[in-house]
Amino acid sequence: MSTLTMAGYRRRRGGLIVRYVIASLLALVFLVPFYAMVKTALSTNDEIYSTTFTFWPSDPQWARIPEVLSDPRFLDALKNSAIMAVVATSLSILIAALAGYALARIPNRFARPMFMMVVIVLLIPGTTAFVPNFIIVASLGWIGTLRGLIIPGLFGAFNVFLFRQFYVNFPKEVEEAAHIDGAGYFRTFFQVIFPNTLPFASALTVLGLIGSWNAFLWPLVVAGSGQSANTVQIYLSSFLTAQTFDYGGLFMAATLSLIPVLAIFFFLQRYLVAGIAATGLKG
Amino acid sequence: MSTATAGRSSRAAQARSRDSSRPTRIRGTGIAFWLFFTPFAVGLLIFTIIPLLWGGALSFFEAKGTVLPTQFVGLGNFKDFLTDTAFLYSLRTFTIFAIFIVPVTMATSLFLAVLVNGIPRFQAFYRSVFFLPTACSYVVASVVWRLGLFNGLDSGVVNTMLSSIGLDPIADWLSASPYWWVVLISVRLWMQVGFYMLLFLAGLQAIPSQLYEAAAVDGLNPGGWRMFRMITLPQLRTTSTAVLLLLLIAAFQAFDEFYNLTGNNPETRPPLVYLYNIALGPEQDFGHGSAGALVLTAIMVVAGLLQTWIIGFDSNDDARRRRLPWRRRGPVGAVGAGAGAGVGATVTADLAGTGAPPGPSADAPSDPSADGGHPAAAAAPEIIRPDGGDRS
Repeated sequence: MSTLTMAGYRRRRGGLIVRYVIASLLALVFLVPFYAMVKTALSTNDEIYSTTFTFWPSDPQWARIPEVLSDPRFLDALKNSAIMAVVATSLSILIAALAGYALARIPNRFARPMFMMVVIVLLIPGTTAFVPNFIIVASLGWIGTLRGLIIPGLFGAFNVFLFRQFYVNFPKEVEEAAHIDGAGYFRTFFQVIFPNTLPFASALTVLGLIGSWNAFLWPLVVAGSGQSANTVQIYLSSFLTAQTFDYGGLFMAATLSLIPVLAIFFFLQRYLVAGIAATGLKG
Repeated sequence: MSTATAGRSSRAAQARSRDSSRPTRIRGTGIAFWLFFTPFAVGLLIFTIIPLLWGGALSFFEAKGTVLPTQFVGLGNFKDFLTDTAFLYSLRTFTIFAIFIVPVTMATSLFLAVLVNGIPRFQAFYRSVFFLPTACSYVVASVVWRLGLFNGLDSGVVNTMLSSIGLDPIADWLSASPYWWVVLISVRLWMQVGFYMLLFLAGLQAIPSQLYEAAAVDGLNPGGWRMFRMITLPQLRTTSTAVLLLLLIAAFQAFDEFYNLTGNNPETRPPLVYLYNIALGPEQDFGHGSAGALVLTAIMVVAGLLQTWIIGFDSNDDARRRRLPWRRRGPVGAVGAGAGAGVGATVTADLAGTGAPPGPSADAPSDPSADGGHPAAAAAPEIIRPDGGDRS
C-alpha cells in the first residue's frame, strides 16, 4: 500500500511480530478440527476411547483406507455424489448461460418480462422450497433416484441473472463480427461467445461443484433414509443418526469425502474466490 | 445475410451499436431467443412455479401422507402452524442462535480481515487457512464436532483443553442447554467466518489510502485503535450492514448442523428442522408443511427485500442513497453487489436501468487468471477491486 503505512510498519516492527504470532496461533486453531479428524481416522478404537490424550496415534491405521473403500454403500455414495456434482453443475451452467445470453443479447419483446420473472424468482429462498419440490418430485416418481437429486436443481435463477449481467457487459464487436461473417446465433454463441465466458463460467463451476458435493437438505429429502441415490453427505449423516460406534471408520470416510473438495480448493482457489466475488455465495 | 447488414445506412448501424438492448438483427432472431431460453423456462415452470402453486393450493387442504388434497380446511393449516408452540419455540431457538452467532461471526471475521490485511507477507497463506473450512461440509464438520472435539470423553480435544486449565471435563455436550450452544455456535463460526473475512477484506482494500494518509498527517497513529475507529469502521459501514443481514438470513436457514448435531430435539430445533419434521417426518403432513413453507418463505422474502432496500441500490438511485447516509460516499462495491446473492442485491439496481454501468459482480471475475502465479495470490485482485477497478 502506501509508503506512509510502510513507514508505520517499520516503526512498529514489534507490533508486526505480535500480529504474526496471533495470526499463526489462530491458523493453528482453525486447523485443529482437521487434525482431530485425521487423527481419529488413523487411531485404533482403543486409542479413541482411551481416557488419556494422545497427540498422534502410535500405530496409524492406514489399513482403514481400503477397508472403508470396500464398503459398497460408501462407494455407491461417492459415485452418486460425483455424478450429481459434475452433471448438475455443468448442465445448470449451460442452461443458465444460454438463458442469460438470450435475455442479454437476443432482441425479443419477451426478454424484459422474462428477466423480471427471473428477478422475482430470485427473491424466493431455495431452502424452504424443499416442501413444494418434494411434492412435484414425489408425483413424478423420482424419489430415491439420481434424476430426483439432480434435475430439480438445474434451473437456478441466480446463475441466469449472473450470466445475463455478464453478457450485458460483454463487448458487442465480437459477436457483430461473427454475425457479419454469417454465423447464426447458435454458432456465434458456442464458437465465439461461450469460449470467452470460460473464466467466468469456471468460477461458477467451482462454486457449483463444491456446493453440490456438500449439499445436504435436498439429498436428504430425495434419498431420505433409503439406500438408493445416497450421497456422501447422507451416508456420513446416517452414522450420526444411527449412533455408530465405529468412530475410526466414520472419520476415515469423512476424511476421504473431503479429498475431492480440498483438491478443488487448492488447485482452483482463484476461481473459487473469483466466484465468491461474483456471487457473494448463496446464504 | 452479410449483405443485408452491410446494406443498412451507417448512421443507423451506429445508433444500433450504441443502444445496448438492440444488437444487429440477424436471421432467426425470434426463434433463437426461445431456443436459448426455453430449457430454463420449462425447468423453471416445472420445478419452481408449479411446485409453488401446488404447494400454495395444498396449504388450504388437509394432506397427510399424500401430496394430493383430501379435505378443504381454509386457513386452518396456517392458523395451526402459526399458533403451534413448537413453531414459536423454533423461532425462539433461531433468536437465541442469532443473538450469539451473528455478532460473534461479525467480530471474528472483521478481526481476521484486519489482521490479514495488516501483515505484509504470507497474506495469501493465512487467508487460505482461515478460508479453508468453507470447503468443508456441515455434515463432516458435525461428525468432527460431535464425535471428535466435543465427544465427552476425557481424552476429547476440548475436554483435554478444559482439564489443562483446571476445569472439569463435560461428559455430554449435546444434551444440556448452555453446552449445546457452544457446539452449535462454534461449528457454524468455524464454517462461515472465512467467507465473511473475504467480504471484509474486500471492504478494507477498497478504502482509499488517502484517508489514512490524511489522518496520519492529523496525528493519528497508523495502525492504531483511533485510526481504526475513525477511518476503518465508518468506511466499512456498507460491508458491515451487508454482512449483518447475510448472517441473519443464513442463521434463519440453518439446518445441516442442527439436524446432524442435535437431531429433532424440540429445544434446539430451528424453523427449517421443524418444517422438515412436519412435512417429511413420520406424519408426512404436506398440508401443514406447505403452509409452513409459505410462512417461512414470506419471512425470508421480507428479509430479502429489506436487504435489497438497504444495501442493494446501485449508483443510479441517488434519491434512495441520500436517505441512507452511509451510501453517500466511499466505495460501495463487491460486498453490496456480491452479498446480495440469494436475494439479489444488484437486482433492483438493474431493474432501474438496463445497460447501467457494468456492475462489479459481473466484470470483476471476468479474467481471474490475469495475474498468474500462485493461485491464492492471483485471487487477491478480484477482491481488491470491488469498485470495478476504478482505483487501480
